Amino acid sequence: MNRSWLLWLPLAVVAFLGGWFIYGLVAPKDDLVHSAMVGKALPEFALPPATTGVEGLSNGDMKDGTPRLLNIFASWCIPCKAEAPQLDALKKAGAEIDAIAIRDKPEDVAAFLSEFGNPYRRIGADSEMAIQLKLGSSGVPETYVIGGDGTILYQHIGDIREEHVPMLLEKLRSAR
Amino acid sequence: MMAEAGLAALWLAAAMALLQLAGGLTLLRGGAGQLTPLIKPAAIVQGALCVFSFFALMYLFTITDLSVLLVASNSHIDKPMIFKLAGTWGNHEGSMLLWVTILSVSGAAIALIEKRIDARTLQVTLAVQAFIALGFFAFLLFSSNPFERLTPAPAQGAGLNPLLQDIGLAFHPPTLYFGYVGLSVAFSFAVAAMLTRQVGPAFARAMRPWVLGAWIFLTLGITAGSYWAYYELGWGGWWFWDPVENASLMPWLAATALLHSVSVLATRNALRAWTIMLALVAFAMSMAGTFLVRSGILTSVHAFAVDPERGSFILALMLVYTSLAFIIFALRIGTVKQGEPFQLLSREGGIVANNIFLSVILAVVLIGTLYPLAAEAMGDKISVGPPYFNKTTAPIALLLMLALLLGPMLRWRRDDIKRHKYWLVGFFAIILWSGVALWKFAPDIGIFPMLGLAFALALAVAAWVPLKGRKLLRTPLPVFGMVIAHFGLAVSVFGMASESGFSKETLTALAPGESAKVAGWQVKLADVNPVVGDNWVAIEGEIVARTGGRSFVLRPQSRQFFQPEMQTSEAALLTRWNGQLYAVIAQPDENGDGRWQVRLWWKPFVSFIWLGGVLVALGGLIALLGRMFRRAKKPAKNRWSEA
Repeated sequence: MNRSWLLWLPLAVVAFLGGWFIYGLVAPKDDLVHSAMVGKALPEFALPPATTGVEGLSNGDMKDGTPRLLNIFASWCIPCKAEAPQLDALKKAGAEIDAIAIRDKPEDVAAFLSEFGNPYRRIGADSEMAIQLKLGSSGVPETYVIGGDGTILYQHIGDIREEHVPMLLEKLRSAR
Repeated sequence: MMAEAGLAALWLAAAMALLQLAGGLTLLRGGAGQLTPLIKPAAIVQGALCVFSFFALMYLFTITDLSVLLVASNSHIDKPMIFKLAGTWGNHEGSMLLWVTILSVSGAAIALIEKRIDARTLQVTLAVQAFIALGFFAFLLFSSNPFERLTPAPAQGAGLNPLLQDIGLAFHPPTLYFGYVGLSVAFSFAVAAMLTRQVGPAFARAMRPWVLGAWIFLTLGITAGSYWAYYELGWGGWWFWDPVENASLMPWLAATALLHSVSVLATRNALRAWTIMLALVAFAMSMAGTFLVRSGILTSVHAFAVDPERGSFILALMLVYTSLAFIIFALRIGTVKQGEPFQLLSREGGIVANNIFLSVILAVVLIGTLYPLAAEAMGDKISVGPPYFNKTTAPIALLLMLALLLGPMLRWRRDDIKRHKYWLVGFFAIILWSGVALWKFAPDIGIFPMLGLAFALALAVAAWVPLKGRKLLRTPLPVFGMVIAHFGLAVSVFGMASESGFSKETLTALAPGESAKVAGWQVKLADVNPVVGDNWVAIEGEIVARTGGRSFVLRPQSRQFFQPEMQTSEAALLTRWNGQLYAVIAQPDENGDGRWQVRLWWKPFVSFIWLGGVLVALGGLIALLGRMFRRAKKPAKNRWSEA
């Protein structure tokens, strides 16, 4: 029984891993992560209103032919407060914005809107983060560009800074 | 002046290593050689020179000699003294110097104290050690000179990464290095034993204390690293399956397997080829770990350690050492005779089961760690996270625990299962009882936490069984060591299962005076104050936590460092006997409304995780002391000494 080739197996493993590591070092590194949901249709959802005096949000509401922004926010989230002026600026520039409030209470959402203004057309309440996860969003705030047919076109992770406003407007314009 | 002296010592030490290597080569080529008698003294001198060099660098950090580039770029005149000292190895060049120093000192230690193996194997072992050291000397002297001067000298110095300005830093990397270097000694012994055809119990006995020592340090290093991530990163988790954590776990798994198989070789002269194989794999894993940390080919929380060029150097060293070793393995291991036979149900069989399970976990972790790299080669970007690792490793780890219930009770060579039937029924009863109780009272904690708790309870009992029927005062220390280490494992697994099954979390924004609730605790943010440290400012929350009529104060901080600029959060921990309350406060945004984001966790029995880790290491230490003590007492009474 000649199994001497088996003895060379560890060496082969080392050579294989070594080649792999060398490739890993040499190959150009691109750390930019593209969202897996971009290009896909919105998941099915129908959320109740997040507070009194606003309308809830379903995926059907976003399929009426108008491209929109979908802002994921929460009243307890401090960067969300920081991005409020930018959302306001986007609205003034003609963007329609829908929103989903994450793990929030109606009275907190109402207080948030009265303090920082309400740029939103509709606000759905996602109290268990179920829709947030289906959207492929991992935190607040995040903002999606949604095409008129309900397709996810772009995902912006983190708060919207001033320099992001023209970029988002451009994405909305090209979606028309 | 001191810098130049340190550098000169380093060059001389490298020359000593070269001398040892040349001596070893002439020895293997059959010549008696005039160089052979020089190997041992050269190893000792090399160790002394490296120690001098390292202390020279430490001295430069102590006096903050800013004309030295390394000091200027990693230290600062305002830094507390303990962090100045830690700065010696808190950077690439210094850590490499520390590595080569530990390597050389262990070479010197082998030369001075090792008497159990024959002279030829000992000399070849030292030559292999010197060969490994030469790679690192070349690295230090040609591309990462720690003593390089900087003209003109700056006035202040740049500082040290704030995440690393923590007392944990003073221990964590050196601890791991002691572990890695210990494995390099095992590697050298294994290569030498193959070259001189001395694979047998004597070799195993010589190698065992080094494996044991390395394993103790790795255990402590992993335990400390896990605790550091737990309180410093402020994410409330204790293990993230981050590539760097995996890089420290893989050598530990290999070392644990080696530790057990080397016992079989030392006691029963079986598992010869397998033990050699594990010794090679364990060191290869520690090199691979260092490479993965340093090269940045995988993205991780340890990104501060990244430098691709240095990564490629370590990769080259790793490939040279491991390929040479495995070539020798392939050529020589066929000539190693089959060891003593044993039956499946025996102590050896139990240890083989331990080795198989540990190797499978090692393979699973290795694949999971490298998979993103493979996916990237195929144009896909993914990260492999805890869901994969937990689902794949937990079942194997549970099987390992099952084997551990019985293994240490078994006799060497062969045993009869009937001898142990009462114990087996007892363990089964514990598992069934606790499983059913959990199923009834906490059905939604998940299958792994449930099994983990049940198995941990059974193991907590089973671990002590090997002491049954022994006179405690006459029981060898290594048996106590084994019992304590196995019990520590049970404690640790209990903590892990309890933490993952029963943790409660609350994320909230509080204004001073407002309260929140988590798992029976009433938590009030009493006040928020600015505080000032040596090189940071912070906001500090004063949190009053109440439960059952008693109240405690926690002070989590969000720190702003200025040199370099960075924010870190210092979690506040309140440890009770049955768990920890963990509080984190975040800096508010400028547009805030006077509320602060506060994150609270209640983690039942979480401290058992690290307590168990420390017990495991303590068990190892007791076993190591036992081996050393026994050896000193009766050196020549080894049945296998000339096998």
